[in-house]
Amino acid sequence: MQFGVFSVSDITTDPTTGRTPGEAERIRAILAIALKAEEVGLDVFALGEHHNPPFFSSSPTTTLAYIAARTSRLQLSTATTLITTNDPVKIAEDYAMLQHLADGRVDLMLGRGNTGPVYPWFGQDIRNGIPLAIENYALLRRLWDEDVVDWSGQFRTPLQSFTSTPRPLDGVAPFVWHGSIRSPQIAEQAAYYGDGFFHNHIFWPPEHTQRMVEFYRRRFEHYGHGSADQAIVGLGGQVFMRKNSQDAVNEFRPYFDNAPVYGHGPSLEEFSRETPLTVGSPQQVIERTLGFRDYVGDYQRQLFLIDHAGLPLKTVLEQLDILGEEVVPVLRKEFAALKPAHVPDAPTHASRVAARGGAKDTTVHAAADDVTGQARDEATEEVQDR
Amino acid sequence: MSARTLAVVSAGLSVPSSTRLLADRLTAATVAALRERGDDPAVEVVELRDHARALADNLVTGFANESLRGSIEAVTDADGVIAVTPVFSASYSGLFKTFFDVLDKDALTGTPVLLGATAGTARHSLVIEHALRPLFGYLRAITVPTGVFAATEDWGGDGGVDRALASRIERAAGELADLVTGRPSTPPAEALEGPFGGTPSFESLLRGV
Repeated sequence: MQFGVFSVSDITTDPTTGRTPGEAERIRAILAIALKAEEVGLDVFALGEHHNPPFFSSSPTTTLAYIAARTSRLQLSTATTLITTNDPVKIAEDYAMLQHLADGRVDLMLGRGNTGPVYPWFGQDIRNGIPLAIENYALLRRLWDEDVVDWSGQFRTPLQSFTSTPRPLDGVAPFVWHGSIRSPQIAEQAAYYGDGFFHNHIFWPPEHTQRMVEFYRRRFEHYGHGSADQAIVGLGGQVFMRKNSQDAVNEFRPYFDNAPVYGHGPSLEEFSRETPLTVGSPQQVIERTLGFRDYVGDYQRQLFLIDHAGLPLKTVLEQLDILGEEVVPVLRKEFAALKPAHVPDAPTHASRVAARGGAKDTTVHAAADDVTGQARDEATEEVQDR
Repeated sequence: MSARTLAVVSAGLSVPSSTRLLADRLTAATVAALRERGDDPAVEVVELRDHARALADNLVTGFANESLRGSIEAVTDADGVIAVTPVFSASYSGLFKTFFDVLDKDALTGTPVLLGATAGTARHSLVIEHALRPLFGYLRAITVPTGVFAATEDWGGDGGVDRALASRIERAAGELADLVTGRPSTPPAEALEGPFGGTPSFESLLRGV
């Protein structure tokens, strides 16, 4: 099982000091968090994509490429990549490029995005959220799986003889997770392709997560990718830990009470009871997290949100230390002991290459003029047109 | 005898409140009318005051806490609804609106709803027509033709309730009972299809693009 952290990249005032970091400081902090995640032995770092303040992460592949160059083991992912408003051609190109730079340590999580104005800013309509996710992903799949694509659809200009470069590393595209809190159509999409399904598992009661995961598992089996318990499931989660449980509650409370998403609503205690949020000792986090398995089954990836709501970098790095030293080693052992042999691990580039019978170079070579980049017959046609 | 359910939503704030008083009168009359038609409904009363904080939390978090969830389900699954609000600033109260804001947009589609409102004076008496009916029309509920408005003065008269008010209550209850008995009782939705049973298959999602 993989363990890691995911960040939404919010720049939020620290409510205990009134201080708001600048973009430069927060961007450096994210890099430090990612490097620390590898250092303490976590498996995954995932970064969100947003196109409006208070978030900085508009360009996740740039950030992840930097992190890839500074790490050697960490799996890099997204939380989430907007499949609705990004051009699927650009996603295909950017993430294949990142996959090469990161030596395969890349997967991505697709989401629709929940900020209304982002759609019109990128020329789309939020009411088409689901159809955009369906069509754009269908094209993304083809761009990665087929060397030359002819395509036409409803939302994007048609393609004729298009090759997305670079081709996926070793001929195997990055693994894809589909994230959705409440839309069964997205769970259905994940099941249809045999891709992973990720539930945010932070904002809502666990019953919602359970229903979505059950549905995804049932449909994964229906589409013939394996038995329901072999479907690839990832969960989010939100924790804050101190050695002494009451210290954790006291320290986290002002961040909770003022958090952008749920602040000024229910109390920390109510929200902890109603949602998977766990604020307490490392042992409490271990017990609560092991309990997730009771309602989603054996699953492959657990990501924690630990750096939002204005928490200072120093505190976040301490949380990573606690995760790496006290929590994740126990979770690894306990989850592994419970998992039946026929339930797969989270797919990695290595396991996916092996499943395809080994790496192959899929470079598409075109005979082209090395100065103009034009193929010979194109150049000739151009001359004849004159 | 079928086991139909009535959900009663009362947005009164004082205890006791005239809003709840009207809700209780409408409920009693509706139960009596249903019994005359051979039905013995189960009644669930939702006092919104008890959920005041939970409703505000729901606006902030996007989900209902456990106790509010129970009330939402009671209203969503009901065969008929009685909804009564006090008039605040020429319309339904914010608390009343918040409850219907957090319901699923399809929760009341096709559900018969009897509307009631209370106010200090009769000058607000058209509030049901100009404020409540459009809200429930948007929710695609079937509103009972007779809405019942009660001003403070209506609670005087013989036997505690003005005869005109009593007869409006009778008429409205009869109309609701006719609508409720005229439709099949609501089956428990999930027992038949499982969670998300209505989700289109991927092939049809892809065709829909």
